[in-house]
Amino acid sequence: MEKKEKGDKGAEKTVSLDSFTDKSSIDASKITIKDINNPIIKPVNKSSTSTSNSQTQLSNNSEIKPEKSSANAKAHELAKSQREISIAEFFEKNRHLLGFDNKRKSLLTTIKEAVDNSLDACEESDILPEIVVEVIEMGTDRFRIVVEDNGPGIVEKQIPKIFAKLLYGSKFHKLKMQRGQQGIGISAAVMYSQLTTGKSTKILSKIHPSEPANYFELKINTQKNEPEIIAKGTKEWHKDTGTRVELELEASYTKGSQSVDEYLKQTAIINPHVTIIYQPPKGEQIMLVRATDQKPKQAHEIKPHPYGVEIGMLIKMLSNTTAKNVKQCLMQDFSRVGDKTAEEILENSSMLSNTKPGDVSRDMAEKLIEGIRRTKIMMPPTDCIVPIGSELLEKGLKKEVNAEFYASVSRSPDVYRGNPFLIEAAIAYGGTLPKDSSMNIMRFANRVPLLYQQGACAVSEAVSSTNWKQYGLQQSGSNMPQGPVVLVVHVASVWVPFTSEAKEAIAHYPEMIKEIKLAVQEVGRELYKYLSKKRRVGDELKKRSYIELYMPHISDALKEILSLTDSQKKDIEDKLSILMEKTRGKLEDMSFDPNKNEEYDEDFANIGKEEEEEQEGNDYDGYGETIEEKDSSKKKSKKKSKDVEGDE
Amino acid sequence: MIIVADVIKKIKGTAEGIRQDVLQGRKAELEAPVRSLNNVFYNEKDGYFELKGQIKKRTLTANTVKTFAQTLRVMALSKNLIETVDIATKREAYYVSKNWGEARFSEQPESDAVMDDIEAMFGVNREQLGFIADEHGGSVAGELIVVDKDPNTGKELKIDCTKFGSGSYSIPSDVEHLRFETKAKFVLAIETQGMFERLNKHTYWKKANCILVSMSGVPTRACRRFIRRLSDEANIDVFVFTDGDPYGFLNIYRTLKVGSGNAAHINEFFCVPRAKFLGITPRDIEEYKLPTHPLKDVDNKRIKDGLKNDPFVHRYKSWQVALKELMQKGKRAEQQALAKHGLNFVISNYLPEKLKDPKSWLE
Repeated sequence: MEKKEKGDKGAEKTVSLDSFTDKSSIDASKITIKDINNPIIKPVNKSSTSTSNSQTQLSNNSEIKPEKSSANAKAHELAKSQREISIAEFFEKNRHLLGFDNKRKSLLTTIKEAVDNSLDACEESDILPEIVVEVIEMGTDRFRIVVEDNGPGIVEKQIPKIFAKLLYGSKFHKLKMQRGQQGIGISAAVMYSQLTTGKSTKILSKIHPSEPANYFELKINTQKNEPEIIAKGTKEWHKDTGTRVELELEASYTKGSQSVDEYLKQTAIINPHVTIIYQPPKGEQIMLVRATDQKPKQAHEIKPHPYGVEIGMLIKMLSNTTAKNVKQCLMQDFSRVGDKTAEEILENSSMLSNTKPGDVSRDMAEKLIEGIRRTKIMMPPTDCIVPIGSELLEKGLKKEVNAEFYASVSRSPDVYRGNPFLIEAAIAYGGTLPKDSSMNIMRFANRVPLLYQQGACAVSEAVSSTNWKQYGLQQSGSNMPQGPVVLVVHVASVWVPFTSEAKEAIAHYPEMIKEIKLAVQEVGRELYKYLSKKRRVGDELKKRSYIELYMPHISDALKEILSLTDSQKKDIEDKLSILMEKTRGKLEDMSFDPNKNEEYDEDFANIGKEEEEEQEGNDYDGYGETIEEKDSSKKKSKKKSKDVEGDE
Repeated sequence: MIIVADVIKKIKGTAEGIRQDVLQGRKAELEAPVRSLNNVFYNEKDGYFELKGQIKKRTLTANTVKTFAQTLRVMALSKNLIETVDIATKREAYYVSKNWGEARFSEQPESDAVMDDIEAMFGVNREQLGFIADEHGGSVAGELIVVDKDPNTGKELKIDCTKFGSGSYSIPSDVEHLRFETKAKFVLAIETQGMFERLNKHTYWKKANCILVSMSGVPTRACRRFIRRLSDEANIDVFVFTDGDPYGFLNIYRTLKVGSGNAAHINEFFCVPRAKFLGITPRDIEEYKLPTHPLKDVDNKRIKDGLKNDPFVHRYKSWQVALKELMQKGKRAEQQALAKHGLNFVISNYLPEKLKDPKSWLE
């Protein structure tokens, strides 16, 4: 649950909304903030026909600007109802943006955020993670969730901010391959809990074996986006170090492909070094024991690459830098910028190298961006990405799926917009997999399973735009291929471009889609080789039984024509079969052996599968609807498509 | 022709060859000449299609094992027939194969093809293998005495083909033992049974002092051999009277005269080099103002194929001209079209006029 551990106070910052919008996909035209240090959103009326004060528009202007003089009086009237809203308030009303659109998804999102944070913290501190997850049913649609880890713990001072202040965390400013990114997730869960049950969230965290654990009960002041400490103290705790978060929320629990069970199982598949002890609301405790003691290599943090920086980010970096001039700033705050490259950038931007960072105006910053684009800069280092490795990926897949064929690939890193990334893929075919269904895709981003929004994901686009017919699968047009196939795709990057803060789908960057396609094609080719071989062996078998069918007739006819004895006839028969064996060679047995895959774990594979999957998306309570953050036609179509499609 | 004992020797020899191949670990092979128009040339001196010598080797593999087994099975059946002095029609042989389990034929054309292969392999004709055609060889009427033997007593039997009234003599499947006595001037080979009946009813053979033979489409081998022997022994000409269409020209007339690509291995004995095409020629269509039907696609294809691939057509400019003329007209005329000028116009005018004018014939 820790967003930041080891007591490294300096690295933890409040993330301002402008830099948030730099990276996130929230459209800056809809949420823009002028004051970069104060994440306050000021509402301005845009629609003169609207009288509802619940229709709050976000604007980058703190002043009210009447659009027409005729609307002046009306505008003044409206102004009375217009006030600042905080980021917490904004997300309180738009919680679907964070993955809290319905009760079922809220349960998953809460657990996911907590577990992701725990895993990140453990890995940063080089600890083999052991995560305990408990889901306790408290009543109708009411659950208590406990997530506990053996991580490094969180220093006392940071606990309230980490859990009860949105956009607070250590990860946003880092370009490093990790699960969390924005510092929204767990505090959003705290907010959701408070919103649906009115209860505070209980935190227990211990940073040293000889010290007692710190205990907090926290809420969020949504208007100020500040933590509210309800209770505070110390407690004895049996763990050496670690963090435990307990929260209650309105939720619903089901099994199926988008369930908590499935999420935890997939987490175990993609993180073979993790042990998860899971107590579902009903039934026995599930132990997902680590498959390897080998921890993944520590991921390095890298500085931003100039190609990946946009104007807002650049201004922010210039204002925060410790460098004395722009050239020095370029060299020390960016990756792959040396003396020569820095000179070149400045020359291309018509800027003096001794310009003070504070003197760079917006126009100059734009020129600087232009200069960067015109300068040839080495791609960022890619050793900051830690792949799972094709072997472990395949091993994980084998545990879940008992197929007849597996293949996997871990590609070398590539770069999109200055951000290094890497694609891994694994495929399983045949065996016990259902024959006449669509390909089942398991998507992962930085070792986190993605269970929702498959249709909107770059992975799906890459898969469906691949021609699977050439790899021996059925496919009509650009649809998902058909057949007994499971495909795993893992996207690892210092910054995974998600389509929304809920981190459900990966954005469609061409560089990324291209790499995913290449990875998928690579395993596809292996599949094709296997299928061709299987077909060849099948044909050969057919031929052989065909030959065996007619061989006796040859010896029979020869016997009749030449009046042979039975032993002479037998001689011919024997020689004929030897001849066939000699000319046709030995035949490989290609039939499926269900006991061949030693990794397969049936109990494991059945986790989350026992019940019929419930169509989700219908219990969308429309909470965020009251804020008119989009023009109405857009909103309608979005809502409509949601109704039609559900959500995967 | 080859005698019966030789056929058995050939069958045994081939079977022994295969046996030795198998026993010594070699790939067994069956060899037969390729049976197609591409593998024949027109032997002008002797007047028939002769094999060029392309050999089809069938090696025992997965793809050929079924045909291989079937070929040997049919050879065994043939040996059996010859040894017991029996015969089987092609249809009967097909039914015998139903005892062969998986090696049975599922359609008669399959067994017919295997028989043709064996014939070609040994250079003998089907009848010598003990297999005979399913249909009778054709009908004969006119100034001819066929000398046959009584099947029971073996005594000589003279059959007068003028004494069948409105009926006719039927050509047997094996004609090798027949002898002929005749004073007729020519043989008229007719495509359709209907035209034969008309000419027979009006005893045209008496008027023209000839022998009428009905071929009922493409002449059977027995019919071809019968006409050939008749023409050889009596030293008389053969005139062919078919519909004026590519089927009549190429399938009926050409096969009768020079043989076919498919049965090239036996053409030597089954061709009728003295045959001449009397009608209906493309010219006749004009001159007799015959009612016509348009050529079908298959007709056009047959003409093109003939012009391109048929060595006989290649040899005779007159046939090339005739075929092109027909194609150009896009029309065909049946024998019966002569009835437009009166039912017996064919007897009173057409045949006498045509017979008198050798220039109106085609080679």
